[in-house]
Amino acid sequence: MASDLGKSPPWWQNRRLVPWLVQGSVGLLLLVVIAFLLGNLVRNLSAAGLLLSWRWLGQPASFDIAETLLPFNASEPYWRGLLAGLVNTLRVVGLGFVGATLVGTLVGSASFSRNGLVKRLARIYVELIRNIPLLLQLVFWYFVVFLSLPNGAAAIQLPGIVLAKSGLFLPGFEAGFQWSGPTLVDGVWQAPLRFTPEFGALLTGLVVYTGAFIAEVVRGGIAAVPKGQWEAATSLGLGPLLSLRRIIIPQALRVIVPGLNTQYISLAKNSSLAVACGYTDLYSVAETSLNQTGRAIEVIVILLAAYLAIDLVISLVMNGLNRLVQIKER
Amino acid sequence: MGPKPRLTPASLRKELFATPLDGLVTVLLVTGLAVAGSRLLHWALAQADWAVIQANSTLFAVGRYPIEHQWRLWLLVALLAAAAGLSWGVLRSRPLPDRPITALWPGNDRLATGILVLLASWAPAALGLTLPIQSRWWALTGLLLLVRWLAGRFGNRLGKTATLSLPLVWPLLYLVGMVLIGGGLGLVTVGANEWGGLLLTLVEASFAILLSAPLGVLLALGRRSSLPLLRWGSIVYIEFIRGAPLITLLFLGQNILGFLLPGGMAPDRIWRAAWILTFFSAAYLAEAVRSGLAAVPRGQLEAARSLGLSLPQALAQVVLPQALQIALPATVGQFISLLQDTTLLSLIGLLDLLGTARSVMANPLFLGKSSEVYLTLAVLFWCCCAALGLGSRALERRLNPPSLGR
Repeated sequence: MASDLGKSPPWWQNRRLVPWLVQGSVGLLLLVVIAFLLGNLVRNLSAAGLLLSWRWLGQPASFDIAETLLPFNASEPYWRGLLAGLVNTLRVVGLGFVGATLVGTLVGSASFSRNGLVKRLARIYVELIRNIPLLLQLVFWYFVVFLSLPNGAAAIQLPGIVLAKSGLFLPGFEAGFQWSGPTLVDGVWQAPLRFTPEFGALLTGLVVYTGAFIAEVVRGGIAAVPKGQWEAATSLGLGPLLSLRRIIIPQALRVIVPGLNTQYISLAKNSSLAVACGYTDLYSVAETSLNQTGRAIEVIVILLAAYLAIDLVISLVMNGLNRLVQIKER
Repeated sequence: MGPKPRLTPASLRKELFATPLDGLVTVLLVTGLAVAGSRLLHWALAQADWAVIQANSTLFAVGRYPIEHQWRLWLLVALLAAAAGLSWGVLRSRPLPDRPITALWPGNDRLATGILVLLASWAPAALGLTLPIQSRWWALTGLLLLVRWLAGRFGNRLGKTATLSLPLVWPLLYLVGMVLIGGGLGLVTVGANEWGGLLLTLVEASFAILLSAPLGVLLALGRRSSLPLLRWGSIVYIEFIRGAPLITLLFLGQNILGFLLPGGMAPDRIWRAAWILTFFSAAYLAEAVRSGLAAVPRGQLEAARSLGLSLPQALAQVVLPQALQIALPATVGQFISLLQDTTLLSLIGLLDLLGTARSVMANPLFLGKSSEVYLTLAVLFWCCCAALGLGSRALERRLNPPSLGR
């Protein structure tokens, strides 16, 4: 091959040229595709008279939302409706984080129990829940569990708590800071705090489903701490609780927190399945708005932006938490 | 995984009754489980009305697929059974590095065969199918086991090329299957809007799985590329898709795809959903593959390049085989969640398995039978997903035998 030495390599082996050629052709292809799609979009939208406009957000929504934290009625504008939907989403997501973390931690640590039955039950729970679609679980909780609860005097009653077909009733402070529990008035339960069955089914479904995934994250985190750490802590004279608190949990958290981030984001996104059990969240308000106004592009942009924002906030908070628990090297 | 500890009375006592508190927990749990189990059994055997499943079994299986063309689906199932038996048998006829003596029917296979035979003799009868249809299921099971036996017996006589080209049977069968289901090549066309139930669920899931796999690999390579345009393009795509809930993307597909393409070019609702599922799954798959790529030492690529392999050659022959093997569990996990995600099609008005269930329960005849229907679907999905998971673990062991752990 002595004769090849003097020659420069052919152009397709040129280390500087080829990357630019590849990038150039990919860029050109992307540009052509985007231009094609955007051109069609503009042409089709102007033909349908639906060119981008945000004025409809100020028009009265003329639909009602069954259950809102933010007061809302049909005469208020669309943007108020979308905001009420967003608040509803945040409500279920926030409570879902708390519930799923509790369930996940409990089940994840149960898989290290000395009791063989507890260990196996934790495994069964995880394997059962992870292999059934979330949507199926949500409709199950709503139609099979919550809607078949008894109503009126036959409802399930615990001290201060009532679970009936019309919802979950909890005690709380009423006007004038008076502590009061659920009461039965003419066959209808009333209480300071009420969760509708729709909300209850969605929250239960999300907590049970995400809890199984968080349990795996917690289990992985605890398993990642070498066994010698336990033994070392014990031989230093630390009791089981103290060694758990000072030695094991700080190390397990380093593995758990990044995994939790993923699960929290997926819980937030999965809350958009609320429509399956009749809870009015952001997605379902957006769907109704689209059906009424035909403003497909604007509605999708709002939806995607809102969920991206929620994901970003979760990621930011969890990354901050992650920095707190990571090893600080000098 | 170590060897399973033997269950003896002594080990049981240590496991369940080590301390008084443990004993109390065990007794409470056993009581609770017994009560719940007996109630469920009592409900399933005495109170539940399974007629809703029996009366709608065809609807759940294939939706409104025309009866006169259903023989095509039977033929497809028969081909699938034969291919499954062939792959199973040939795999068993090959000695493994860690399992040199291959028995024709090892213990696991005998167990699987037993379950299969039980299922084939019980399920069709329990569903109240007519005798001719029942016997078809028996024949299909017989075919599978026969091909399994033949391939297991004579599989080691196949040449190397024949064995290596065996996996190609599956994509080929997929193409044949699409023709059999949808028509074309001389068969009468059956439009996608007539597919439904399990058929639609499986078509959508397999379409998305097959197409998202190469797309995901390309995206993962793009994200790790040194070319800024490829890298940023892949990052933007992956993060955009992963940031949005699937339902909003499906919604986008149904409502906006029509605007993005010239009039009449947009596919119909079922294929729109299939493409959205593909694009969605590709982004998640890319992350799984990327983690596999990250686990391959950099020296592998450098060594391959310094041996004179071009970049595509080095990637395809050295880096990707290792990366894909590491990424296998995550990849199969993604396929499982894709299969589960097909239930979301029911929210955009398609008649997949869950959509069919909802339409059946809207029928006044079957009002209030939701427990039976949802329970059946849950069992069906659970079995499919658990089987995929088991298969993935078996494949993992085969690719990475523990006794060869170096």
